[in-house]
Amino acid sequence: MRDLTNEILELIRRTSTDLPADVEKRLHEALEQEAPGSAARGAFETILKNVELSRKNSSPICQDTGTPIFYVKYPSAWSTLKLKQMIRTALAEATRKSYMRPNAVDAVSDKNSGNNLGGDDFPYIHFDEVEGDELTVELMLKGGGSENCGAQYSIPYSGKVGDISFQAGRDLAGVRKVVLDAVQRAQGQGCAPGILGVSIGGDRGTGFVKSKEVLLGEIGTRNPDVKLAELEERLTSEANQLGIGPMGFGGKTTVLDTKITGLSRLPASYFVTISYMCWAYRRRKMTVRGDEIIYE
Amino acid sequence: MRAITIPISDETIRSLEVGQPVALTGVMITGRDVVHKWLIETFIKKTRLPQGEDLQVYEALKPILAGGVIYHCGPVVSGLDTKQYKFVAAGPTTSIREEPYQADVMKHFNLKGVIGKGGMGAKTLKGCQEVPGVYFHAIGGAATLIAQSVTNVLGVHKLEFGVPEAIWVIEVKDFPVVVTMDAHGRSLHEAVEKDSSRVLAELLAE
Repeated sequence: MRDLTNEILELIRRTSTDLPADVEKRLHEALEQEAPGSAARGAFETILKNVELSRKNSSPICQDTGTPIFYVKYPSAWSTLKLKQMIRTALAEATRKSYMRPNAVDAVSDKNSGNNLGGDDFPYIHFDEVEGDELTVELMLKGGGSENCGAQYSIPYSGKVGDISFQAGRDLAGVRKVVLDAVQRAQGQGCAPGILGVSIGGDRGTGFVKSKEVLLGEIGTRNPDVKLAELEERLTSEANQLGIGPMGFGGKTTVLDTKITGLSRLPASYFVTISYMCWAYRRRKMTVRGDEIIYE
Repeated sequence: MRAITIPISDETIRSLEVGQPVALTGVMITGRDVVHKWLIETFIKKTRLPQGEDLQVYEALKPILAGGVIYHCGPVVSGLDTKQYKFVAAGPTTSIREEPYQADVMKHFNLKGVIGKGGMGAKTLKGCQEVPGVYFHAIGGAATLIAQSVTNVLGVHKLEFGVPEAIWVIEVKDFPVVVTMDAHGRSLHEAVEKDSSRVLAELLAE
């Protein structure tokens, strides 16, 4: 089995330092909508200048290099045990090279491990066996500020905005209400403008797993289910009417995109789970096809 | 953009208003979650006895914080092996987590400025009026760009807190921020929260 440690190190470097083109393009569009001289436009200008500089200098876009989450799709010939070792070795090396900040803190002792390895689940790796002979490794870096803005609602839900109460029922109208509530609560704290990953259904655990996974899709691509596609577009548009803007400075773009996935649920449960991704949405993919390595 | 040198006088602080872009130059420290808790417990509320080098660090911090600025930041730092420290990436972290502590830390040290992102709440806003002080907002995620305005790492305290949580003493030049909470009780965050809450109520009434 081929050793991919160096290739995974390169995947980590690219993810931390080089923002994907679809995210950058959407940020440019958002900048154009803000008035010249406004704080919102200034924020977008700084954001885009930083994106360019990070790429040029090969340095982290954000100092919070986030929770590293790997998604590995492997043909049966690969050993997940060995792939896990390669990923862990590459991540420690990426930390030594300052592509990553040491981010694994033992929650009981408060000790930072110094190399981004913490117990068995940091980094977290999702393994899926696939048909064919192509191996893919996707990496998402999820910053803590945005992760703290994530939310899970158990519906039916009674909420309050200021002094006004609202009720969210077990249908897409109810989903819409709680997602907008979560965006308003987040304000600028999650490094707005955010990208919303929403899962409907599941249990509490799968709800959060899938609300992150749905973010892997490209900006602007819609759910094949027409009803969910409509809701995705409506939520982005209505979230932007809230006027929170980049960094919470006030402005036209609060959310860059919304992605929804529908899961199965128990008859008793109806969870709506929102993962809030910051504007610095760092995700990259590596494909191993024969001797060839392709980075996207 | 208005250029301001640290330490900052009361007069300068009172002249700052919400929305104003500022370029900061001088010496400041980084300090976030663990540092604020440690300062409060060890030196302000004194619920914990100083240990190890705590008292020496406290004495070293006092002159920097008097009239000074604290930056909510957990940087990526190179040169850890050689101690030739350099900030590689150094954007702000979310400030609201320091809300229980910030006003007391400001008052204790006569701290004039807090840099972070996302803004802070009513207790800190009141602290800004009393000290007087201001909250400076840096652009979240703009880490490589902001690191370029950190010209020198003068030293580090409490490295045992871990690289992101340690107290880094840094020299900055033209560090770009925007005033979003001033010494006159005004907060951009409070205003945006109120407006967005009104719009949300309308949307949910549909």
